[in-house]
Amino acid sequence: MSLTDLTIAEAAAGLAAKTFSAVELAAAHNAAIAALNPRLNAFITVTPDLALAQAKAADEKIAAGAAETLTGIPLAIKDLFCTAGVRTTAASRILEPFVPPYESTVTAKLLAAGAVFLGKANLDEFAMGSSNMSSGFGPVENPWKRAGSDAKLVPGGSSGGSAAAVAARLALGAMGTDTGGSIRQPASFTGIAGIKPTYGRCSRYGIVAFASSLDQAGPLARTVEDCAILLAAMAGFDPKDSTSAERPVPDFRAAARRGVKGLRIGIPAEYRMDGMSGEIEALWQKGIFWLREQGAEIVDISLPHTKYGLPVYYIVAPAEASSNLARYDGVRFGARVEGEDLIDMYERTRAAGFGAEVKRRIMIGTYVLSAGYYDAYYLRAQKIRALILRDFTEAFAKVDAILTPTAPSAAFGMGEKMDDPVTMYLNDVFTVSAPLAGVPAMSVPAGLDAQGLPLGLQVIGRHFDEETVFAVSGALERAAGFSGVPAVMAGGAA
Amino acid sequence: MGYVLEGSTGAWEVVVGLEVHAQVISESKLFSGASATYGGAPNTHVSFIDAGFPGMLPVINRECVAQAVRTGLGLNAQINLLSRFDRKNYFYADLPNGYQISQFAQPIVGAGVVEIELPDGTAKKIGITRLHLEQDAGKSMHDQHPAKSVIDLNRAGVGLMEIVSEPDLRSPEEAGAYVRKLRQILRYLGTCDGNMEEGSMRADVNVSVRRPGEDGFRTRCEIKNVNSVRFVMHAVEAEAQRQIAVWEGGGEVEQETRLYDPARGETRSMRSKEDAHDYRYFPEPDLLPLVLDETWVAELKAKLPELPDQKRRRFCDQYGIPFYDAGELVAEAAIADFYEIVAKGRDARLAANWITGDFFAALNRTGASIETSPVSAGALGELLDLIGDKTINGRIAKDVFEAMVETGKAPGAIVEERGLRQVTDTGAIEAAVASVLAANPDKVAEYKSGKDKLFGFFVGQIMKATAGKGNPALINEILKQKL
Repeated sequence: MSLTDLTIAEAAAGLAAKTFSAVELAAAHNAAIAALNPRLNAFITVTPDLALAQAKAADEKIAAGAAETLTGIPLAIKDLFCTAGVRTTAASRILEPFVPPYESTVTAKLLAAGAVFLGKANLDEFAMGSSNMSSGFGPVENPWKRAGSDAKLVPGGSSGGSAAAVAARLALGAMGTDTGGSIRQPASFTGIAGIKPTYGRCSRYGIVAFASSLDQAGPLARTVEDCAILLAAMAGFDPKDSTSAERPVPDFRAAARRGVKGLRIGIPAEYRMDGMSGEIEALWQKGIFWLREQGAEIVDISLPHTKYGLPVYYIVAPAEASSNLARYDGVRFGARVEGEDLIDMYERTRAAGFGAEVKRRIMIGTYVLSAGYYDAYYLRAQKIRALILRDFTEAFAKVDAILTPTAPSAAFGMGEKMDDPVTMYLNDVFTVSAPLAGVPAMSVPAGLDAQGLPLGLQVIGRHFDEETVFAVSGALERAAGFSGVPAVMAGGAA
Repeated sequence: MGYVLEGSTGAWEVVVGLEVHAQVISESKLFSGASATYGGAPNTHVSFIDAGFPGMLPVINRECVAQAVRTGLGLNAQINLLSRFDRKNYFYADLPNGYQISQFAQPIVGAGVVEIELPDGTAKKIGITRLHLEQDAGKSMHDQHPAKSVIDLNRAGVGLMEIVSEPDLRSPEEAGAYVRKLRQILRYLGTCDGNMEEGSMRADVNVSVRRPGEDGFRTRCEIKNVNSVRFVMHAVEAEAQRQIAVWEGGGEVEQETRLYDPARGETRSMRSKEDAHDYRYFPEPDLLPLVLDETWVAELKAKLPELPDQKRRRFCDQYGIPFYDAGELVAEAAIADFYEIVAKGRDARLAANWITGDFFAALNRTGASIETSPVSAGALGELLDLIGDKTINGRIAKDVFEAMVETGKAPGAIVEERGLRQVTDTGAIEAAVASVLAANPDKVAEYKSGKDKLFGFFVGQIMKATAGKGNPALINEILKQKL
């Protein structure tokens, strides 16, 4: 087996047993990136030398007997995490020259654990998108292909570069962020696992903000267990983020092996949408069957405000984004286009620096917060957001976790769904509710569609109950026995 | 009838409300660990949070919250145990985030009251609408370079308390008295240094006019960033006069933001209502609601210093001094402390007279403050002791005091050095009396024929004969006997 094909758990065991070194592991991934990134564009910035240096330090740590699980594990970092001394762009031209002098809390924790960073993964500009087509540094190609077609597919978004890198074996795992589905939808599109933890589980310090009340960091990896390993290292209270939670971090890895016997799993009626493909419905039924077979009790539930999730999300997220992105004004950092006066400089800088989707969301957000519209849009959206949270609170009085599809379709082609932004926004229909309520949710690869593309199932849990989410996801993973691999991957296609 | 302005069509009343921005005294800024102290080379008190760098998050400074609570308590205001922060969005080069973190819908402090003293000595209660915490902006400077503006972010993110009054003020004097009173309270509390020259306290002045007896308020204008008590008073008057002229000319006052130009003594338009910013306030998602512990608030309240109004009443009761004098003595906490040291165990009225009289005059003349005074409270007390034990008399004491101001020496040393001890030797005074009476037989005759006023003449002559050191009581007594 090639070094790039290992899971994180396997690689950690191999490193501990000195079967191979961290430097060898990093070099294998550097080579894979050198070979495939020109095609996939999964990374905006690659840092092979840094990776080797970190791997060398990891080998020393292992030799000294001071290794942690992540010591020497090569990862891709979504280019939304500020990394000290390494350019951080948020996939926006406005941050093209930006090299942060500070490290995000999450990446700092990974570095402290001895992880190796391969580079900064591509994403939708400022994490706004579900296709990775809005990156200012070019789209990411999904390593998966439809059977008998060479059409380029999107990896989903916004953590599309992270997902493509993990799926194509360019990294053992990756850091992503999820605001409305940005970890789960690309995980589903690329046949890997990804979890958006509870809001407040991971620090947001040093992550370029999109929508502050929704953004959460989370891992993407090829197995549920690997996600558990990564999340355990990322999570924890951070005094630098007032919204991070002062709670102990449980043993997620153990939870992933726990099983579902005796758990009550809710199936929300409202997720059975008109026009949803039969394949998605069938996969969902399979998931229900797998869990019941392993001893879970299936309970029909209702999340009555589900249908308002998308409109609420597309008011709240742009509103916060319009404010969060005001700082990109050319005054202190990033790109600047000179102008006749201050206002002219702002306008030229922001016109040149932001792409179309970012501009659209800034305008939507500005509009919904404006005097005269605030009550009708923002305030009403906040009220419905509270009702969505109440839906979950009531549901979790009856069930321990909720099972739904992750996305309404498999990966679509580049150029498809591009005419109308609303069609694109519909991709998030199953994923927006969890961040609106702040609850954890995970996507697990569960099968392939008729065209051979991966599909994911989503597990939603109670606030700060990622353990149950991992338990259910682990059970699904074992039952599904997903073994699909993408057409494009390190070491050649399967 | 209070303050009115006479227009060409009759009398007008002025209505004023103030929004005072007071910089919080704290080690570090409201949401970052950078130093909040004034001064320092440009852009040296700046963290990445203050500069609005990507991924930076605010964390509330507990001390700033405590200062706001102390201030609220000092303004007899309601403390809101739950308050929230909001973002106020607008673009400006010295506002790094493109928004100011402020409190809009749910401020930390609610309604309160401040009592001001009017020129006729009567008191008036001015309502406080609210106090909220917010960040200060940086400073743009347009005069440092021919083509460029430069920005100093040292002030960006420093905590501010915005204290909003009800429109209860009715004259420039009341507005001035209110700002002075507010500043006094803040200084007593140690929550703001009240230094208007350095901009650590500044006022937005809302002015409208109406006919006496008219119900409701007419359209107001807001005069931004007025930075002295005097300018607040001038701005109120100038703006009221302008508005009266508009109304009397058949026009309508437009709601707008104006600036006061001290050089020309007038206000001018800064931006009209149409150009007013739409601040797009919304709850700050990076901060949790601010929840205060009731016992913590109670602890702050218990540790609150004595405030000027309380102290003034106590001075009247405890020291038996007039209300007016007590007001002068509590103007600053340091003066009040000074007074109490001097008054302790001595004639408290005499101490008050000395401080409000010769001592204040000396401070004025030398340009010193209470902190840099050449005469310490101990030294002034010693001087009073010398008067009390009759070592010197009141007239000589004034000379000794002047010498103390000049030389900084102790009064006892000055008295010894210059031989100013009071003459209490009966024989010496009797001799002086005798010689003065002998030298002025005509005056003695006049006195005896009923010209009582001449008694003072004799006292003066005898005092002169004793080089001012004669004990006045003894002189009086012996003189009466001899006459």
